[in-house]
Amino acid sequence: MATAAKMTVTDEVAIQITAMNKWYGTFHVLRDINMTVARGERIVVCGPSGSGKSTLIRCINRLEEHQQGQIIVDGTELTSDLKNIDKVRSEVGMVFQHFNLFPHLTILENLTLAPIWVRKVPKKEAEEVAMHFLTKVKIPEQAAKYPGQLSGGQQQRVAIARSLCMKPRIMLFDEPTSALDPEMIKEVLDTMIELAEDGMTMICVTHEMGFAQAVANRVIFMDQGQIVEQNEPKEFFNNPKSDRTKLFLSQILGH
Amino acid sequence: MADPAYVRDQMLPPQKAPSTEVGTPRWIRENLFSGPLNTFLTVAALYAVYVVVGTIGPWLSRSVWNASTLQECRAIVEATYGAGKTGACFAVINERWQQILFGFYPRDLYWRPTLTLVLMLVALGPVLFTWVPRVFLWFSFAFPAVAFWLLWGGSVWLPITILLGFGVAYVVFRVLTPINGLLGIVAAIVAPILYWLFICGPLEEAIHSLIPLGLHQLYSDDFGGFLLSTVIGVSGIAFSLPIGILLALGRQSDLFIVKTACVAFIEGFRGVPLITLLFVASLLLNYFLPPGTEFDIILRVIIMVTIFSAAYMAEVIRGGLAALPRGQYEAADSLGLDYWQAQRLIVMPQALKISIPGIVGNFIGLFKDTTLVSFISLQDPLQLVSSIRANQEWNGIYWELFMFVGFLFFLFCFSMSRYSMYLEGKLKTDHR
Ligand SMILES: Nc1ncnc2c1ncn2[C@@H]1O[C@H](COP(=O)(O)OP(=O)(O)OP(=O)(O)O)[C@@H](O)[C@H]1O
Ligand SMILES: [Mg+2]
Repeated sequence: MATAAKMTVTDEVAIQITAMNKWYGTFHVLRDINMTVARGERIVVCGPSGSGKSTLIRCINRLEEHQQGQIIVDGTELTSDLKNIDKVRSEVGMVFQHFNLFPHLTILENLTLAPIWVRKVPKKEAEEVAMHFLTKVKIPEQAAKYPGQLSGGQQQRVAIARSLCMKPRIMLFDEPTSALDPEMIKEVLDTMIELAEDGMTMICVTHEMGFAQAVANRVIFMDQGQIVEQNEPKEFFNNPKSDRTKLFLSQILGH
Repeated sequence: MADPAYVRDQMLPPQKAPSTEVGTPRWIRENLFSGPLNTFLTVAALYAVYVVVGTIGPWLSRSVWNASTLQECRAIVEATYGAGKTGACFAVINERWQQILFGFYPRDLYWRPTLTLVLMLVALGPVLFTWVPRVFLWFSFAFPAVAFWLLWGGSVWLPITILLGFGVAYVVFRVLTPINGLLGIVAAIVAPILYWLFICGPLEEAIHSLIPLGLHQLYSDDFGGFLLSTVIGVSGIAFSLPIGILLALGRQSDLFIVKTACVAFIEGFRGVPLITLLFVASLLLNYFLPPGTEFDIILRVIIMVTIFSAAYMAEVIRGGLAALPRGQYEAADSLGLDYWQAQRLIVMPQALKISIPGIVGNFIGLFKDTTLVSFISLQDPLQLVSSIRANQEWNGIYWELFMFVGFLFFLFCFSMSRYSMYLEGKLKTDHR
């Protein structure tokens, strides 16, 4: 994997999470999360099902609300202030497991909707940007189709392009490949690797350990709502510290 | 090793299918005679068609279109086809169709409802079909005021000054929004209401005394027949959809007061028969209004019908909202769309599309329910049929009149149904 010079991590802080706790009703789902993400850093989050990975990254763009502690994204603290939330959301892109494209709009309209309405970009300019990113994810010829006419891998690449059209500074991925057939996983991962090479700050929840080894600066392992271990990929995979991590790794790498 | 004899070494050309497997014979066998039960049903249905056509056919074929009384009709049938024969007497429709269409609207003013109907079709164009240029939407927006003035007459300045209220709202919104967004919205709602309550009336009178311009004033008692049904039905349809959308959104709201109010409204009005609401409109409402205020009966009925239908509409749309996956909201949120943008651009287009059959079903129901206004002594088409039948000339006739009224209702409802199917086909983009 080519490690471009751009793939450098800066000292600038992109996301700062301090002593964050979250409950679903009475269920303590995230417990005392502390985490700093530097600009340009690429983080892979893994852990067993139900450990709170999705919840954690959904808190970062306030799709879920945290009850204690502090989350600061790009210098903006997430509180119930709607202005701050909208500001953070328009700077943080998110890619979902099930793509969540808008089925009633064409691919091009999916991509231009948010720039036009949120960023107030003129339609023509938004379409140019959209075509640029569609070319980047290698499906410019699908612009006029509807999401339902595309394969899963193509849909996920459209979803990535849709986020990129908002020119985000941070990208969140929640298991972007786990709803895909094996032959489509690669095309999506390739897109994500390219994005990493461009220097995007990324947090990916994924079980694609090959991807983690190739692009991550850091792997975070979560269990029962806590960050149990974090390390650079090499150390993490070859030399796991906690027993939970060892067990988890043996389960997903074992076969 | 020798080739086994059963391996084909030359490919066969395709052959013609047996005649029982293609075209009409196959269709008939598969769709009409595929089994004993199906065969029996086919034969029974054919017999039923034979009986119905055999009874109605001759009666229809002996129809009379020109006569001035039922007796005359019958005499003509007997004279032409022999004693004891019966025939349809459509002469009554020939004589009285205008009354069924327009009620007691003055005969020399029929051009006004007719023109309104034509303008309504023009106004519907841009709403129903996307290929009509969008500028015509301005006419659609102004149409209710134009229609009101054409139908009821009176000073031309009244609809104009009323429409001006929207201009007031726009100007206030434009001026105040840069200062404070919320202030702009609140003022844009309050200012036109104040304008309509206090300025509109005197302004209209002032202009009218300067330049008196208007049509002969008519009153709601002059309305009747399909004119009445259409006025009530179309207004109810046009207003109940947006109100229903707001109610459905309100019911999903996180704001407790808004949610409770919407639930109470929906459940309250849905649980009451429409006829009760109509009686409230005709009798009770006058008690609540200050004495001396004259509140038009048709307007009161429109309000009640709208409220009633909006409550149903809200539930139909809620069904559409519930069918939307949560991921759609999350995607809209994560892109930074605010609540109203997400509703307008993502949620409503999809939820409404899902609800089209229910919404149109509601519209059709509403339109047919307009006949209930006969209970508060408005002259709906059925009421007019009764009064025609009470006439000495036409006493004893019923099939022909009811067929005519039924046919007109069918025409209206069937076109709505066809349009909804067209729309569903057009909006079908999910390719599932
Ligand atoms: N809306 C909710 N209400 C209540 N509990 C929830 C809700 N969403 C998630 N949970 C619970 O919170 C815990 C963490 O969920 P989360 O989706 O973050 O797990 P995850 O690590 O992403 O799992 P997976 O790998 O299966 O996606 C789970 O036990 C789940 O049942
Ligand atoms: Mg998850």
